[in-house]
Amino acid sequence: MTDTAHSTDLDLQVNRRGFLKGCTIVAAALGISEAMIPKLVEAATSAQRPPVIWLHFQECTGCTESLLRASHPDIGRLILEIISLDYHETVMAAAGHQAEKSLHDTLDKYAGKFLCVVEGGIPTKDKGIYCKIAGRTAVDILAEVAPKAAAIIAIGSCATFGGIQAAAPNPTGSKGVRDLVSGTPVINIPGCPPNPISFLGTVLHYLTFNRLPVTDNLGRPLFAYGRRIHDHCERRAHFDEGRFAEQFGDFGHRNGYCLYKLGCKGPETFSNCPSARFNDVDVWPVSVGHGCIGCTEPNFWDTMTPFYERLPNVKIPGIGGTTVDTAGKTILGVAAAAVGIHAAIGIGKKVIKGCGCKGEKKES
Amino acid sequence: MTERITIDPITRIEGHLRIDAEVDGGKVTKAWSSGQMWRGIEVILQGRDPRDAWLFTQRICGVCTTVHALASVRAVENALQLEIPLNAQYIRNIVMSVHALQDHIVHFYVLSALDWVDVVSALSADPVKTASLAGSISSWSNNSVKRFKAVQEKLQGIVDSGQLGPFANGYWGHPAMKLPPEANLMAVAHYLEALDYQRKATQALGIISGKNPHIQNLSVGGVTTALNPDSDSALNMERLYWVKQLIGEVRGFIQQVYLPDVAAIGALYKDWLPYGAGVTNYLAMPDMVLDTKSTKFDLPGGTIMNGDLGTVKPISSFNDPYLRDNVVENISHAWYKGDWTKHPYEEETVPEYTDFQDDGKYTWLKAPRFAGQPMQVGPLAQMLVGYAQGHQEIIKNVNNALGLVSSIAGVTVGPEVLHSTLGRHVARAVRASMLADLSLKHWELLVDNIGKGDLTIFNKPTFPKGEQRGFGIHEAPRGALSHWIVIQDGKIKNYQCVVPSTWNAGPRDKEGLPGPYEASLVGNPIADAKQPLEVLRTIHSFDPCIACAVHMLDPEGRETIKVKAL
Repeated sequence: MTDTAHSTDLDLQVNRRGFLKGCTIVAAALGISEAMIPKLVEAATSAQRPPVIWLHFQECTGCTESLLRASHPDIGRLILEIISLDYHETVMAAAGHQAEKSLHDTLDKYAGKFLCVVEGGIPTKDKGIYCKIAGRTAVDILAEVAPKAAAIIAIGSCATFGGIQAAAPNPTGSKGVRDLVSGTPVINIPGCPPNPISFLGTVLHYLTFNRLPVTDNLGRPLFAYGRRIHDHCERRAHFDEGRFAEQFGDFGHRNGYCLYKLGCKGPETFSNCPSARFNDVDVWPVSVGHGCIGCTEPNFWDTMTPFYERLPNVKIPGIGGTTVDTAGKTILGVAAAAVGIHAAIGIGKKVIKGCGCKGEKKES
Repeated sequence: MTERITIDPITRIEGHLRIDAEVDGGKVTKAWSSGQMWRGIEVILQGRDPRDAWLFTQRICGVCTTVHALASVRAVENALQLEIPLNAQYIRNIVMSVHALQDHIVHFYVLSALDWVDVVSALSADPVKTASLAGSISSWSNNSVKRFKAVQEKLQGIVDSGQLGPFANGYWGHPAMKLPPEANLMAVAHYLEALDYQRKATQALGIISGKNPHIQNLSVGGVTTALNPDSDSALNMERLYWVKQLIGEVRGFIQQVYLPDVAAIGALYKDWLPYGAGVTNYLAMPDMVLDTKSTKFDLPGGTIMNGDLGTVKPISSFNDPYLRDNVVENISHAWYKGDWTKHPYEEETVPEYTDFQDDGKYTWLKAPRFAGQPMQVGPLAQMLVGYAQGHQEIIKNVNNALGLVSSIAGVTVGPEVLHSTLGRHVARAVRASMLADLSLKHWELLVDNIGKGDLTIFNKPTFPKGEQRGFGIHEAPRGALSHWIVIQDGKIKNYQCVVPSTWNAGPRDKEGLPGPYEASLVGNPIADAKQPLEVLRTIHSFDPCIACAVHMLDPEGRETIKVKAL
């Protein structure tokens, strides 16, 4: 359905203006010139909507919920006008056999053409029994769907890096998509949940240019994860001047001082939170008084905890020690190496690493 | 002839749920509810800092975001007997109520309306008659002919494109779909509008909490939302009035669209009022706290047994021993080793997956029991507990809603119809309407307190040596939630969540007593076993959340999971 079908209706015209504005914002976020906006709009409203299969594994549905909060495009426009959301367990009308039919109809009809979104970690321990849908394990479902997808977007920290269930001792052997899939392009949109703008920007980029955006070595698109939070935080000036909140509710906390001493993980976290902000109300956790918890970084549940203790090795102005930059590189370097090892074993070959095998490599 | 049906996956819920049912003579005669995912979050918590627990437990569920955060900080505070500043209580109450507004709207329109509303039938509706129908039950200004016509065209466009997306393979034209085309068109239009209003609720929540899903403004001891009317880096009056405006808009939608829609569906499907009661023991938690010690509340808690309102017993504080001493969980039919029944502080579990066994183990969910009995939890439980206790606001709001159902149905219905599939929807809409009012009340309380010069938001927790035990309770959108923590020398020694969807979706217990989902399906009509729409109706009426329902374990080492008795 094209957007112009309703050009006589005032209400929907207003929505169209909102939509064009949204496309402009997305274009700006992606670093696309204004001349490309008509192409973006065309891609977003083309007659044949690109089919999407959205798989849920070990997850909390928070990533899906984040899309309910998006405004440009809003969820109604996204799923009814931009993409064809053919399989998504949280919103689809069909259930049971009828739902399975929807999945297989799309797999058969659009093999090699559909976009796959994965939300949730994939349990690999004990033959994957910790997550089953329609009698099949998450691993088996991913093994069937992944090779047929044109590309995979792993949304959220669970699908990217295993997420909370992969925190020590990772009782179910949970892993991210890139740990298991090779042969199909996978892009990572981490965050718990990620800002929907980061996911939607990736989708619109892909639909416009037919390729995924440029990423860092963790598979995260640069337009959303290219900058360190600490480097574009509105409280940075307070950090540089040595003004810190010491306790929630104290004078410094009430006046926007730096939250580093209350545990903020901004110095080691890469994300657009300070600039993109959340819920269209100009906020992010730091703006209302809580430190960043580092949720876009691999294994943050283990590496960034305790959340209310300050990061070690961050150079505070006027005090000697390691610099912020060195600390960040060290952590990322370790994580990138771990991803590289996992990526070597592919689901395409139906070889799953760590399925209840003894001597499984420890995650940490 | 008995026919066995399995619905897997149950969609339009959170998480992975399988329902099995035996059908005989067009009715369900026996049912099984099976949770299909386990993550082990409580295991992961062991040994960690209790102040971090709420950030972990909130990730149990992103649909019920906020709820496990609130229950968790309350559990730690209960263990430390820590009082909470008034501002923090009010901010938590606004968080709780505003999130519930979003959650209840999404549940009715996105997760359950398509069980009752035939989207395809809406194409043949007359927009003029639709506006007339809508005008007869509500004064909502968006119920115009023009609007309904635009929605119908939009729908036609989707059908013409051949890409039905989430509407593909739905139960359109099913014999159990009974609404006239105009009612279907009205509901589809409101489905689309609901998407806008639920977002407004999340915006109000965002201003206070920094982001959502998964808020980031709590702390053991209070909240971290800085208050300062004289700063641009804190919640000031500009921000607070933005919150108020958004809540007001959402309140309008709830009271003029959601509640009338639910009443209309209840009335137009009045043949369905006898179905789905199931377990009529009810449990609700008190919430919307009014004092620093958590002993006064705007919403009541308590229990009712056997559907008899005369049996009501209150739960009247966050320390109430009536609750603390009566909760147990049983694992006879769950994929854990053994068949024990234990109090949450004492639980010790080893996973033992057996695949689906009709008479053995068949789910990752445990069976919670209160004083030995299965309990139904959720908005219906809270409304009935309040009704039975003479809670004036609840009595007024419930009676108003039943009056609306009666006037549309043309027959008088009383509170007895609430023990049903449709009753759960009506109670949820009534609760949403009350919470819309209460969130504005607590906004006023917060602003009044700030006006007195009180900007306190936090009492710093200190963790003594030795062991402390505590439980935190919360009335979540899906019902009674409790977290149970054992702290040893400032670290988490054991952590258990007893969750609304575990109460409702849990399996049979050792005595063979079925859980609420299982009991509620018995007697449900099934027109076509291959298209078991009616099962979805009853299951969805509970608002299942399986990520919440499945949890627990106690592993030592990586290969074997072993248990530590406390």
